[in-house]
Amino acid sequence: MSNPREIIAKRVARFFNEGDLVNLGIGMPTAVANYIPAGSNIMLQSENGFIGLGPTPSQGQEDKDVVNAGAAPVTILPGGVCFDSATSFALIRGGHLAATVLGALEVDEKGNLANWMVPGKMVPGMGGAMDLAAGARKVIIAMEHTTKKGAPKILKKCTLPLTAANEVDYIVTELGVMKVTKDGIVLKELASGVTVEEIQSKTEAKLIVPTTVGSMEL
Amino acid sequence: MSKIAEREEALARFTDNQCVMIGGFLGTGTPESLVDGLVEKGVKNLTVIANDTAFPGKGVGKLVVNKQTSKVIVSHIGTNPETGRQMHAKEMEVELVPQGTLAERIRSAGAGLGGFLTSTGLGTIVEEGKDKITKGGRTYILELPIKADIALIKAWKADKYGNLVYRRTSRNFNPVMAMAADFVIVEAEEIVELGMLDPDEIITPGAVVDMIVKG
Repeated sequence: MSNPREIIAKRVARFFNEGDLVNLGIGMPTAVANYIPAGSNIMLQSENGFIGLGPTPSQGQEDKDVVNAGAAPVTILPGGVCFDSATSFALIRGGHLAATVLGALEVDEKGNLANWMVPGKMVPGMGGAMDLAAGARKVIIAMEHTTKKGAPKILKKCTLPLTAANEVDYIVTELGVMKVTKDGIVLKELASGVTVEEIQSKTEAKLIVPTTVGSMEL
Repeated sequence: MSKIAEREEALARFTDNQCVMIGGFLGTGTPESLVDGLVEKGVKNLTVIANDTAFPGKGVGKLVVNKQTSKVIVSHIGTNPETGRQMHAKEMEVELVPQGTLAERIRSAGAGLGGFLTSTGLGTIVEEGKDKITKGGRTYILELPIKADIALIKAWKADKYGNLVYRRTSRNFNPVMAMAADFVIVEAEEIVELGMLDPDEIITPGAVVDMIVKG
């Protein structure tokens, strides 16, 4: 099977509906754009100030004034629109985003998210992540299921400083799809070849397993 | 009355201990010539309000590397390792503000508002030391306006009244910052005759602009 990042990005891309305005975070979430069906009416917002995020321009075609929120050259699709940062975040906080896709260091069973700092080690700042997590109608976490060392990232309780409290709706990893509910994290789908025992063994939070668990279609 | 000035006249406005707002997002839409002016003049102990500290050799990053900033109020420092180093070494104060909250605090100042209520940052360290207000069954953080002595703005086109048009993603924080400082200096790529800008396309009214230099 393809690599974890590809599995995750492909599955997340299937969350969106026609006409949705969506914001993809930096890093793995950015890759989701590659799997949104061409010609679909899903609009991507870039929080530095536009809607209509298009593909990377070919070499030599870069425009110094057209970059994404990670400062990488991008394009603006026909029908795109530019605006200032206050308008950009009014779109985000005003509930106008159908969904945001964010990476995570930790997520817990209360839907808490930690993705912006590791005290004493890495303090990049929250950028727009706190606004996105608080403001989007649906918060989808796209991340590898465990750390590089194999430690769980889906916890009973986050240990790192939070980005947002009780805001996460879905978690998509290479092992499966989970939904955060008021009762805890429900296992919705399993990736091909993954068992309930395997995903639970790599998850600190106790997963709620319904009688039928779907298979993760890509 | 023309607001068009030589770069030296703009540089004459810079002094130690100023609070300076600088437009841009990771350097895109930053008035680099004015930032270079701050570096050339060597003013110290600046408080800089910006989206981020860009990269070591770009935009606001140059001021940090040159140790001209005693405090930065930004949403992101991850692309400039020197900011993190100075923060950990306690050589410089870093106030991290969620990006939307930062934009709206600046907008509030420019719009004469006393602050605003937002759920961004609830349940995180961002709420520490701030008033929380519950209205309509929802709890919010009270965020206060933020102003500067000088704003350094990057525009695509300006006319001599200071009416401004921005280009693509270079707009970002520039329009809100142009409203929120005592003295507003614009670096424009192009300066055009009065009447050349369509009144409907102008984003920043020249009434808030004090000085324009050619970028």
